[in-house]
Amino acid sequence: MIATETVTHTAGKATTMFSETVFSTEHGTRSFPVLTAMILVPLAGALLAMVMPKRRPEYARVIGYVAAMATFGMAVFLLLNFKTSQHGYQFFEEHGWIDAVGVSFNFGIDGIALFMVVLTALLFPIGLLASAKLENPRAFTVWMLLLEMSVIGVFVARDLIAFFVFFELVLVPMYFLIAGWGHGNNAYAATKFFLYTMAGSAFLFVAILTLGALYHQETGDWTFAIGKLTEFAAGGNIAPVTGKLLFVGFAIAFAVKVPLFPLHTWLPDAHTEAPTAGSVVLAGVMLKMGTYGFLRLAIPMFPRAAVWAAPVMLTLAVIGIIYGAIVATMQPDLKRLIAYSSVAHLGFVVMGTFALTTQGMQGGIFTMVSHGLTTGVLFLIVGMIYDRRHTRLIADLGGLWKSVPIMSGLFLAATFASIGLPGFSGFVGEFTALVGTFVTRRWWAVAATAGVILAAVYLLWAYQRAFTGEPEGDNATMQDISFRELVTVVPLLALSLFLGFYPKPLFDRSEVAVKDLMTHIETWTCEPDQFDENNDADGRESECYKEPVRVPPKDHESGGESPGEDSHTETDAEDGEHG
Amino acid sequence: MQRFLDLVWVVPASPALGAVVLLLFGKRIGEPKAGWIATGTISLSFVWSVITFFALQSQPGEERHHVYNLWKWFAGTGDFSVSFGFLVDPLSVTMMLFVTGIGALIHLYSIGYMHGDPRFSRFFAYLNLFAASMLILVLGSNFLMTFLGWEGVGLCSYLLISFWFEKNSAAVAGKKAFVTNRVGDFGFMLAMFLIFSKFGTLDYVHFGRASELGDISHGTVTAIALLLFVGAMGKSAQVPLHIWLPDAMEGPTPVSALIHAATMVTAGVFLVSRSHAFFDLSNLGEGLQAGTVVAWVGAITALGAATVAIRQNDIKRVLAYSTLSQLGYMFLALGVGAYSAGLFHMVTHAFFKALLFLGSGSVIHGMHHEQDMRRMGGLKKFMPITGFTFIFGWLAIAGVPPFAGFWSKDEILAKAFFSGGVSGKALWAVGMLAALLTAFYMTRQVWLVFYGNERFRVPAHGEDGHATEPDHAHEPHESPTTMVLPLVVLSGLSIVGGFLSLPFTQPNLEFLTHWLEPSLEGAPEIHIDSFSSGFMLSVGAVVVGIIGIVIGRAMYQRGLPDDGVDPMESRLGAFSRVLENAYFLDIGLAKFVSGPATKFATFLAEGVDRKTIDGAVNGIGRSVKEAGDGLRRMQTGLVRNYALAIVAGAVMLLAYMWTRAI
Repeated sequence: MIATETVTHTAGKATTMFSETVFSTEHGTRSFPVLTAMILVPLAGALLAMVMPKRRPEYARVIGYVAAMATFGMAVFLLLNFKTSQHGYQFFEEHGWIDAVGVSFNFGIDGIALFMVVLTALLFPIGLLASAKLENPRAFTVWMLLLEMSVIGVFVARDLIAFFVFFELVLVPMYFLIAGWGHGNNAYAATKFFLYTMAGSAFLFVAILTLGALYHQETGDWTFAIGKLTEFAAGGNIAPVTGKLLFVGFAIAFAVKVPLFPLHTWLPDAHTEAPTAGSVVLAGVMLKMGTYGFLRLAIPMFPRAAVWAAPVMLTLAVIGIIYGAIVATMQPDLKRLIAYSSVAHLGFVVMGTFALTTQGMQGGIFTMVSHGLTTGVLFLIVGMIYDRRHTRLIADLGGLWKSVPIMSGLFLAATFASIGLPGFSGFVGEFTALVGTFVTRRWWAVAATAGVILAAVYLLWAYQRAFTGEPEGDNATMQDISFRELVTVVPLLALSLFLGFYPKPLFDRSEVAVKDLMTHIETWTCEPDQFDENNDADGRESECYKEPVRVPPKDHESGGESPGEDSHTETDAEDGEHG
Repeated sequence: MQRFLDLVWVVPASPALGAVVLLLFGKRIGEPKAGWIATGTISLSFVWSVITFFALQSQPGEERHHVYNLWKWFAGTGDFSVSFGFLVDPLSVTMMLFVTGIGALIHLYSIGYMHGDPRFSRFFAYLNLFAASMLILVLGSNFLMTFLGWEGVGLCSYLLISFWFEKNSAAVAGKKAFVTNRVGDFGFMLAMFLIFSKFGTLDYVHFGRASELGDISHGTVTAIALLLFVGAMGKSAQVPLHIWLPDAMEGPTPVSALIHAATMVTAGVFLVSRSHAFFDLSNLGEGLQAGTVVAWVGAITALGAATVAIRQNDIKRVLAYSTLSQLGYMFLALGVGAYSAGLFHMVTHAFFKALLFLGSGSVIHGMHHEQDMRRMGGLKKFMPITGFTFIFGWLAIAGVPPFAGFWSKDEILAKAFFSGGVSGKALWAVGMLAALLTAFYMTRQVWLVFYGNERFRVPAHGEDGHATEPDHAHEPHESPTTMVLPLVVLSGLSIVGGFLSLPFTQPNLEFLTHWLEPSLEGAPEIHIDSFSSGFMLSVGAVVVGIIGIVIGRAMYQRGLPDDGVDPMESRLGAFSRVLENAYFLDIGLAKFVSGPATKFATFLAEGVDRKTIDGAVNGIGRSVKEAGDGLRRMQTGLVRNYALAIVAGAVMLLAYMWTRAI
């Protein structure tokens, strides 16, 4: 009885942030269900490609390009029509599915999901274009389009079951892409990838069902709507211990996907054996399903557990940054090296996220996008080298800067972008994440900053061995980058450069979602609930999570005048608080 | 005039545009047009800098501080907000003038020096990109803008040092420079984090004076100052982060002049001056003072590098160690709080060291890529202008009045002496010893290269592995006009550069010091007790310089003996090898990297990652498979059955929860 009251009571408070229904009416007049279309277009493309005659592979290829480009066009539409300052979800759509247990296909995006969707829609056409010379293009196109559909589904789903279905569906096309078009030990890698992530997902599934059951137990209704369950779970309706357990269930599944140390060993194998497009997509968007899961589900649903688990998550993330970099240094295979660099980069994302500050999360989200761009270029060029030399071993290469100057120049640009050179997007993301971490968790940030040195070591050492020196044998007669290949990498690098100097368009769009999430965490770590032993507000006070805020000195932009006394007092007051 | 100050972005934008054009179309533009375009863009910057200078000068002293923000760089990230903006004040204008001025001369010089190089236009693209980055560094209106330029020059330094990347040593040197600088950047970044977390901003405008910092604890402010100094140590090659600079001589000589003598290495001096408020405040407190650390690191570098320089045989390596040593002087000055003295020496050093490097480049060019001084001698006859201008550089660095180096070095030593306490006197003594060595090794260089016996006709020994076998069929020759002209201009500056700031207050001739005052507000004033004591110190410094010159001349008057053995080898005994190898720091580091460090990384990659972590995963997989083998009658062993099992398990759990709920 009490519990039911609490639900209604809390629901009223949190609607502004996480409810699906609030904003759906605002777009009620909009006729075109763009998110559904973004799922259906790749699916339709896949089905159409499937029935094309095998003798005319170019048909399937054209269908692939058209479907992927159409999806990308819709992503641009989202980007243009996204309302920057609006809270909650936009482009919201509701489709019933299994009404009996409250499962539905509800789609909607906020500032966090928006860029994941756009990145996905950007990387798939590039992946298809980069794979123009693969054998059996029909099947390849089918799997790629199915993969695109699933990945977009993960990012737009507003229902936990739908989320889980897409989350798992991703594995199937990826499995076949690695097994069918991979190199070397691909069967082993594909199976390992599949089982590893499946094992993680088992925890996720149990957690989801338990959450649904708890909701039913309290309210008598069935729902798997993310918004409702977030309000329910965060709103003090679950015993703290259960909350922590469920958080751990979510966290394990997402940690495998990210991957977080020490659950990362599937990644180098999968990356190395996957075809180029597979690696681009895997690193570019699939890893982000893990970090997205933290931001979308694990943290908002269990804010108290997130605060509780933050030191552990931060530690694992920082270990990933340092450890990933050191292990990358010793990799003999260029692609494996880049795979380990992903472990380090995603470490920055998780670190920023669990710093539980606006800067940290913004930096994390930015790094997710940036890593998709720069690592994409690195994988694409390694793929080009493999196409020509049939090797990725650093020891077999050398002197490529002389024989293929344009390709090497682009690789170097991507290398520096990946190292985190200011002017490229990588720096913006990492720096913001580090700033956000430093203000709450100083020593973790210090250790992670050391990773910045290591990134230069492993990437530039690899570049030196593979690209400098005098080319010999096959390395001397390599063909430089073709126009088609140029088209795959230049947009990504250009975007990275643009965002490096002008990150505002991205930060602005994700800001509202991140700030709402921060407010949500601050609110729900502070609310008293029926599980409090002594049930008084003071008891909870000590557990309240509060993001530290600094008071900047008074702004005086025009030159000349020296700062007024006001700025002194503000600075002093601020310093007193922290010192 | 405000309008001109708002347009300061033209200064970095001009070479940046040049770099973009040359990177994209350089091949089509070709030689020598690419060189002229690059020189043109940087010359425009110089002209615009001069206009900016006059625009700023027309403002009254206290208003010489103008911020112009182009756009919000970091925004939407909570209270962390940074503008993409520029700050025009006396300090940035001073930096801007000498970066563009000397930069333009070096661009011009490179047209001749890089003649015939297959990557001619690429070289100029990099030079332009470097100039743009350096200008962003000095013009930035906040720490992060400076960091943008800071890393930009780091990138260009990498690209230019490993410009001839076919040579393995060049590629390695480029990487070493970047990585070593990253160690410094680690400090710089942490400093920024700490500043932001304490003050909520990174804008320089809030950090003009020590009194603006509010009541911040001594520990914090010292930490910020020292972390900034770690960044400065990387860029300005202070011990122990100096190791990259001597190797950086692998790059084309104009690069050594532009980056590793005149401009980039002064970035650290600039950073410390720009954030002097933190150092000043730290120096006021009890306990560890940041200034003391800075001064002593500078002093150690000044002396240590000077000792190494006396035993180098490569014409450029002598100058490289000399640069380290001179940078040490600058930090010595900054450490005792004599910022304007440090900046003064930075400017005069830029004149004479650029001259010496370009002169050595002219020698290398005329000697057909020979860099070993043991195979030179008597070159003045063949390259009169190079020889003549080089001598001005030598007199300037040796501290002979009235050449530029005398005035600035003298000011540093005097300020150190009167900065107080035993520490000040000790710093002065170390500086004097380094001055003696400086005069000596530069004299040695001049005599080995331009006077004495002509040794270049002897066939090369090839024992120290210089890449190209010199073609001694050709006589040495003077360099083309584009190369010689900058030498003449720079030698002129090396003669009169000292007049920028003369140590006379009646009438006030300390032009530079006076000009910089608004940027260095709140810096401690160091009073030289009396004119006569200051004069005595100057005389002492001159005498020390002359002693160094006399010894050097006596030893190398006739060049080298016929067996080619340096007379110093026998005099220094075992210590000779220590100096020749720069105290074995490089060899030690290389041993550490290829030894324990590699072992540790291999252990992580193989032992931990592959065998332990992945081994455990595969072990679980294997035992599952074995268990499955046992249960084969029930299981088909297909992947989808695992999924089925998971779903089934979950459903059962759900059922359990449900029943419990009811």
